[in-house]
Amino acid sequence: MNHGFQLLPEQASSIASRVDALYFFLLGIAGFFTLLIFFAIVFLVVYYRRSAIRDRTISYNGRSWILETTWIAIPLAITMAIFAWGADLYFDLRTMPPGAIDIQVVGKQWMWKIQHPQGRSEIDQLHVPLGQPVRLHMVSEDVIHSFYIPAFRVKMDVLPDRYSSLWFEATKPGTYNLFCAEYCGTGHADMSGSVVVMQPAEYAAWLAGGESQPPVMAGEELFTRFRCNTCHFQGGQPRCPSLANLFGQPVRLSDGRTVTADEVYLRESVLNPAAKVVAGFQPVMPTYQGQLSEEQIFQLIQYIKSLSIMPAATNETAPVVSPGQSTSVDAVPAQGAPANSSKSND
Amino acid sequence: MIDQLAESRNYLNDDYRFRSWLLTTDHKRIAIMYMISITLFFFVGGAAAVLFRLELMTPKGDLVLAETYNKLFTLHGVIMVWFFLIPSIPTVLGNFLLPLMIGARDLAFPKLNLLSWYIFMLGGAVTVWSIVAGGADTGWTFYTPYSSTYANTNVILMAVGVFISGFSSILTGLNFIVTTHTMRAPGMTWFRLPLFVWAHYATSVIFVLATPVLAITLFLIVLERGFGIGIFDPKLGGDPLLFQHLFWFYSHPAVYIMVLPSMGVVSEIIPCFARNRIFGYKFIAFSSLAIAVIGFLVWGHHMFVSGQSMYASMVFSFMSMLVAVPSAVKVFNWTATLYKGSISLETPMLYSLGFIGLFTLGGLTGLFLAALAVDVHVTDTYFVVAHFHYIMVGGAVMGYLGGLHFWWPKMTGRIYPEWWGRLSAGIIFFGFNLTFFPQFVLGYLGMPRRVHQYVDDFQVLNVMSSAGASILGVGYLLPLAYLIWSLRYGKRADPNPWHAKGLEWQTPSPPPKLNFTQTPIVTEEAYNYPPAPAPKKQAMS
Amino acid sequence: MSATTAHLAHQFDDAEQQFAAAELGMWLFLSTEVLLFGGLFCTYSIYRLWYHAAFVAGSQRLEQVLGTINTAVLLTSSLSMALAVHAAQTDDRRGIVRNLVFTIFLGCMFLGIKGYEYRQKFVEDLVPGPNFSLTADQPNDNSREGRRDKNNRAGQPPYRAPSQTTLTTEPDVGRVELFFSFYFAMTGLHALHMIVGIGMLGVLLVGASHGAFTPEYHTPVEMIGLYWHFVDIVWVFLFPLLYLIR
Repeated sequence: MNHGFQLLPEQASSIASRVDALYFFLLGIAGFFTLLIFFAIVFLVVYYRRSAIRDRTISYNGRSWILETTWIAIPLAITMAIFAWGADLYFDLRTMPPGAIDIQVVGKQWMWKIQHPQGRSEIDQLHVPLGQPVRLHMVSEDVIHSFYIPAFRVKMDVLPDRYSSLWFEATKPGTYNLFCAEYCGTGHADMSGSVVVMQPAEYAAWLAGGESQPPVMAGEELFTRFRCNTCHFQGGQPRCPSLANLFGQPVRLSDGRTVTADEVYLRESVLNPAAKVVAGFQPVMPTYQGQLSEEQIFQLIQYIKSLSIMPAATNETAPVVSPGQSTSVDAVPAQGAPANSSKSND
Repeated sequence: MIDQLAESRNYLNDDYRFRSWLLTTDHKRIAIMYMISITLFFFVGGAAAVLFRLELMTPKGDLVLAETYNKLFTLHGVIMVWFFLIPSIPTVLGNFLLPLMIGARDLAFPKLNLLSWYIFMLGGAVTVWSIVAGGADTGWTFYTPYSSTYANTNVILMAVGVFISGFSSILTGLNFIVTTHTMRAPGMTWFRLPLFVWAHYATSVIFVLATPVLAITLFLIVLERGFGIGIFDPKLGGDPLLFQHLFWFYSHPAVYIMVLPSMGVVSEIIPCFARNRIFGYKFIAFSSLAIAVIGFLVWGHHMFVSGQSMYASMVFSFMSMLVAVPSAVKVFNWTATLYKGSISLETPMLYSLGFIGLFTLGGLTGLFLAALAVDVHVTDTYFVVAHFHYIMVGGAVMGYLGGLHFWWPKMTGRIYPEWWGRLSAGIIFFGFNLTFFPQFVLGYLGMPRRVHQYVDDFQVLNVMSSAGASILGVGYLLPLAYLIWSLRYGKRADPNPWHAKGLEWQTPSPPPKLNFTQTPIVTEEAYNYPPAPAPKKQAMS
Repeated sequence: MSATTAHLAHQFDDAEQQFAAAELGMWLFLSTEVLLFGGLFCTYSIYRLWYHAAFVAGSQRLEQVLGTINTAVLLTSSLSMALAVHAAQTDDRRGIVRNLVFTIFLGCMFLGIKGYEYRQKFVEDLVPGPNFSLTADQPNDNSREGRRDKNNRAGQPPYRAPSQTTLTTEPDVGRVELFFSFYFAMTGLHALHMIVGIGMLGVLLVGASHGAFTPEYHTPVEMIGLYWHFVDIVWVFLFPLLYLIR
């Protein structure tokens, strides 16, 4: 993708041309006013130079407020228009489209570790299919990073201990730059790579290549290895709430609040179980902070997600999870796991 | 001979002993001490810039190691922001001129003024020590958790240096506000104050209200780093975004600390060289206050991609759009002041017109960054770097140099060489644009900031920028040389070489120790330049 | 009048102007102090909101009785400070000295009680740092070890079965530690202001015993009085925030 000297980066996502349109509008505004001021100054300086013979009697008759109001009102109107345009576009940038491919990204000094839902993982490279919305689900192992693809006009900080996300839809096959935009230490400049946009068929072939274990399965292994299964999912075990059909549902907590069981909640419950205790249970779960890497936490969450019937909309009205209601662990994944991560292949 | 006698009683030759400088409470001497200090800091920060612009000539990181590069830009940022730009105009020109302009014998608290210079130097010494001892590599923004947990450099020492210097700013701001309120000469009503004083009043409000928050934020970083207390590091239970909120609550208004005084300088120079009343005095005065107030409500525009809530971002974007309006009002009013003026283009005027142009471009590119969706693309890229250099160098430094030339005869009693002044103003204007304009393009192309190596596509623009930087460097060395030269060989200045209005021009150059032989009484508005109905041959001043 | 001009600094025209400047300066200084403490208060409140349980647990480890006594001590010292200012206005030289001595005494008493509280926290291992612990007899808590060990995070540390010690209803130790970090930072900064205040009161005392203050000139007494009241008010906010609210 080497084009030598250029003034604009490639437009390779559905949002890129829309951002560029606003950019050009802003360029127009900036160019107009800069030139206006420039020529006004040059003209006035030359015309009213001290040696020139000019009429210099000033009579505003107290009407200068007309001028002042004008040059308050016009900039105000223009900036409000820019605000509205920018905010509208920003809303689209930050609102995740439904049905996007979920790709996990872990930022770490100084590399990007990426895992696709089918299991293939890569470092400092991101392969995505053309024409499909992709949602990056990101977290950092250490300091703040920022995932930046100039050709897609998207950027989002990657935070430690907190999930952030970013979406785009690639519209042009090719290889594009990937940068870390938030200064993160010695190797900040090395924390770059490339994004490869492929035809969907090629992407599918690429996914099939290479050894990989789908995150859902890796998560299940972890679930056993860390003996989560000794408490959770033993039908009617009174010590732990069930995890089946949990994801995306409201959970009533012991302090009376109700929260939604999303990724953030699940992550916190693994790392800091005492923070939000489900109503009716004792805070007996030990913390797993320091024992799981961010990727492993992702995998566990993917596994727990797979225990819910997707999409969550089908059981929106499901009651709050309570001790009595727990489903056998074996029963759920068969219907709940995403199609592409079927458990039957091992 | 009479000249010599008149000379014998001014603030400079009142006492030649070294300790009479170190223990002085005279605002004019303190201003000179500040001028020497910040000039030293400027060239330290500038040297770092020279090194990393050299590194960026080539895409590969081949001149310095990544660690070195990171320390260089941190040094550049910390020194330039806290030890040059923030103190520059307020502590040098403000200190010198504020009492003169309002007809006072000194600031309200002269000892406090000296104390703030010592605090400033102590902060500077600690910062320089932290650099000599190995430097810090966090960038001037000290983002957590990198700064608090992960960096292996002298972050604590550098943060302590900045922390200490903050108290110097607070004391200066406090002194200016009290002086403006209580020390005005008879007849000097609020709306007869020169706009320079208004600008410094607004700046001082920010000094007093924002700096303590920075102090406490740095204090918390030092606690976290020194004692492992988890306030910002999520691994220790803290929140890194909270740091960004606290930091930018100070640091965005700090941008206005840098540029508002410059606007004050320009508001003095333009009426003088256009021989015209300033257009829209009250609009300029109140727009300074508006900028100071709204400036406190826009900090979140640094955090559009940080993970703060989408709606918070929208509010901050809206407020940032609003703050553009008073800035635009100022630009239009300055331009309108030229209308029907009698304009001559001495060095200070060249700097001021340059200021208007560069500030306009800097301000307008600020709109790109305040427009949410575009900011997502350009934040943390060279676009931001270019934007704030247009404001800080194109704005603040041009204003400082313009003011320095304008009041140089008043401060030193000597005239600087005009031809050299014009030449270097031209060189700086050209070098500046060549350095920073290509960075806008680089930023939109997606080159992240704070990198010592980059992809090959960006090289042409980087070479342009580095070439511009070398021209800019020459531009800065020239005034240093000819201004020092003028101290000995420059023509002696009479009290009012520019035929300017304002109380500071009604006292000898350099002023006597107590500024005025008798307290002046003010009977007219500021900038009451006589109308020039008939074109007449103006004698070269 | 001679006493007035003797104290008039060269930059001022008259005593009135000098007093106005001093007063405005002091108020501005206090407003920067408000923001300095405000930053801490704000951060504290945010974390209190997030980690409510842990902060309540931490707050319960503080000595409410000592805190209440200290509040009373400080409020009384404000009264004696106000009386000292009044004495200066009414030319009661002995009254100034007496009230200043009393104020200094109360200030020292406050610091003494505070010091005793600090010592207690130290004995109970509640000082943030490697030895922090909620229960002094179980210093090696699994979760804390993991939390401190950054280098080990990326790898896969051997799984440890949850020991009985972690299976308690105690809130996250780290967050209680955060509470104590704030406790020490906030009360420490306040105590620092007290120490500075006592030092300045000492200077005033020396001046007052030499008769430096008269009804015409007693600006330093008034200004330091303002400062002293401010430090009191900070405590009036600190006390409920740290000790009382649940």
